[in-house]
Amino acid sequence: MPYDSILNWIVFKDPMVNPFYNVYNLPYDIGFKLWEILGGAIAWLINLIFPGNGASKFLVSQEVTGILALVLMVVVIFAVAFVINLTMIWEERKVLGRMMDRRATRVGPLGYLQNLADGLKTFLKENITPSKADKKGYMWALSIVIGTSVLIACMIPLSDRWFIADYGAGLLIIFGLFAIAPFMILVAGWAQNNKYALLGGMRAAAQMISYEVPMLIVFASVTLMAKSFNINDIVAAQVGMWFIVPQILGFIVFMVAAVAEAERIPFDLPEAEAELVEGWQTEYSGMKWGLIMLGDYFRGYVACALGVIMFLGGWMIPFTSWNAIPEIVFLLKVFLIFFVFAWIRAAHARVRTDQILWLGWKVLLPLSVINLLIVLALKIGGMV
Amino acid sequence: MAEMWLTMGPQHPFSHGLWTLKVLADGEIVKDAVPVIGYLHRGWEKECENRPYPLIIPMADRLCYSASMTWSHVYCKVVEEALEIELTDRTKYLRVVADEICRIQSHLMWLAAMGTDLGNLTVFLWALREREFFLDLNVKLCGQRLTTNYPRIGGVRNDMPYYFERDCLRVVKRFEKAIWNIIAMMDESAIVVSRLKGVGVISRKDAANYGLTGPTMRGCGVDFDVRRDDPYCNYDQLDWEVAVCKEGDAYGRYRVRIEEMLQSCEIIKQAMEKLDKLPKTDPTRVKVPKNVPAGTHFARLEDPRGESLMYLISDGSDRPYRLKVRSPIFVNVSASKHLVDGVRIADIPAIMGTIDMCLGETDR
Repeated sequence: MPYDSILNWIVFKDPMVNPFYNVYNLPYDIGFKLWEILGGAIAWLINLIFPGNGASKFLVSQEVTGILALVLMVVVIFAVAFVINLTMIWEERKVLGRMMDRRATRVGPLGYLQNLADGLKTFLKENITPSKADKKGYMWALSIVIGTSVLIACMIPLSDRWFIADYGAGLLIIFGLFAIAPFMILVAGWAQNNKYALLGGMRAAAQMISYEVPMLIVFASVTLMAKSFNINDIVAAQVGMWFIVPQILGFIVFMVAAVAEAERIPFDLPEAEAELVEGWQTEYSGMKWGLIMLGDYFRGYVACALGVIMFLGGWMIPFTSWNAIPEIVFLLKVFLIFFVFAWIRAAHARVRTDQILWLGWKVLLPLSVINLLIVLALKIGGMV
Repeated sequence: MAEMWLTMGPQHPFSHGLWTLKVLADGEIVKDAVPVIGYLHRGWEKECENRPYPLIIPMADRLCYSASMTWSHVYCKVVEEALEIELTDRTKYLRVVADEICRIQSHLMWLAAMGTDLGNLTVFLWALREREFFLDLNVKLCGQRLTTNYPRIGGVRNDMPYYFERDCLRVVKRFEKAIWNIIAMMDESAIVVSRLKGVGVISRKDAANYGLTGPTMRGCGVDFDVRRDDPYCNYDQLDWEVAVCKEGDAYGRYRVRIEEMLQSCEIIKQAMEKLDKLPKTDPTRVKVPKNVPAGTHFARLEDPRGESLMYLISDGSDRPYRLKVRSPIFVNVSASKHLVDGVRIADIPAIMGTIDMCLGETDR
């Protein structure tokens, strides 16, 4: 009996023999090995009951393993993004707690499980849909806001071996999906049939037109310098010099716009709780609100990660080519930027609607254009 | 966007209590505003008519949770005027210290609320942290944090304990340093200054017409303080200045309150010195008759929020015939339409925050 032992079923094959990835992909490798163990065990069990069947061999074949490895890879990537997100919320709470001179999170080791406790609490709340709300707009706008936030968080590569897809238009697609949520906030504000939510949605629209333009100009200057939209290429172009050095103006503009994009203090006008109760989230309660908060932090993560990718050399360590765990290097940079975000939140008050318009059009836009001109001058001069 | 009425309150983060500001909003611009109060009406004045005089003191505490000391003080003051009692110096200075502690902690509560109104939680927590020390002083002086129940008709409940002077001066010394952290958080932040400057402007004339008092009035250049201009409790023997700001906007009111806190520290230190020189055996309370002779009397003093006044009609029995309260916020809130007219909705918390609403005394 050649297939008597479970070890005959769990055979580690070469994950590179697949139609999906031609460069090494760590999460795919993890998914591949996971399925070889899981599927091998299942195939062995089936073979015990029905010896010599074809289904068992089918489950562990190279083709099926390759496809199911994709599914497991998505789960792995989402789980990692989720843990990163929880860590960032934890980091913010700890930093804010220290800065505000108060207790931060207390549940679990170092307070790390506080987020899970909060998630459980919001999950157990009643799911309320206002009777006068536009049901479709109410649910769909929310789903798209949360969905795109989670999607782009999963699309952020942690290194040149940890990515979902390595496509030419990488950064462009991430930016496109990043800008959907503020628009859907406007829809959500309208659909809730609530005056505060409506004002919050309008503010989201007013805010979006003020920071989206400078942000995209900075994005254009970065891609111009790297000669590519591909994230790997952008990071690789920063080997000699991080883009923050020639484009310090762009970095500042991008970070200000990113705080606004992630709707954090001082630019959290759409949910200004002092005057608009909870802004566009007023009628979303229970787990819906919990998911919105989670989505907000996913967007905060994406904002930090884009800053790291575009200006801080991605997953590279400066002055050395040695890099054993690029994912950790990348995440440390992300957490460092997020620390600054939390610091800003602790130090600043909320701005007014007209003030953010003024900031976007009269400060950020000229600065981003100057940044673009600097990049153009460097390009023409042949410096980069 | 079409005009719409926005009912901000009574359950609204900006209202700091149970009241409503109905706002006619044209998009973000405020066209009209109607303050609605009365959600917290408890029949305070009527209830006082059925109580003997000493039992009204704890009720006066409950007029405002953060200014309980001054409210029970003004009540005791009106009854003392009716009885024509002269207090001992020791009592007067003890009341001064208690009032100024109350003023500082009330202003710190306002500063904390101001922080959340502007969206800065750090100011909120730092201000409450500082306030906690003054509440501890309250505990040491009279055994209670908020509803202090300290003044008595003809004196105060007890003399200060032997360690109080040391603790009080320590807290004041610490506070005079720590307040600058919070001032830096507010004044050195361009966002906060731009949010406060030039909004909610009210002129001297309008302030007089609305009858504004307290920091709201002094914030628009009126140099008047009951403590200095109609002195009580030996305030005239202490060396301090009235905080006045000419601008009349939210930032001016903010500056006035900050300056008042620093002046209160001065007053506490000087009152402590004066208390040191007085003999420790001085009585802190004089014997008072049970019944108040018939007549009408009023007394006023400087509350943290403005000028609080009580008007007493007594009929010779041991209960007041009528006790009328003039609450500073009841008057100040009437100017809210003038203050928020033409500003943005985002400015409403910043402007109404500088009024320092307290609904217990407004609705009574």
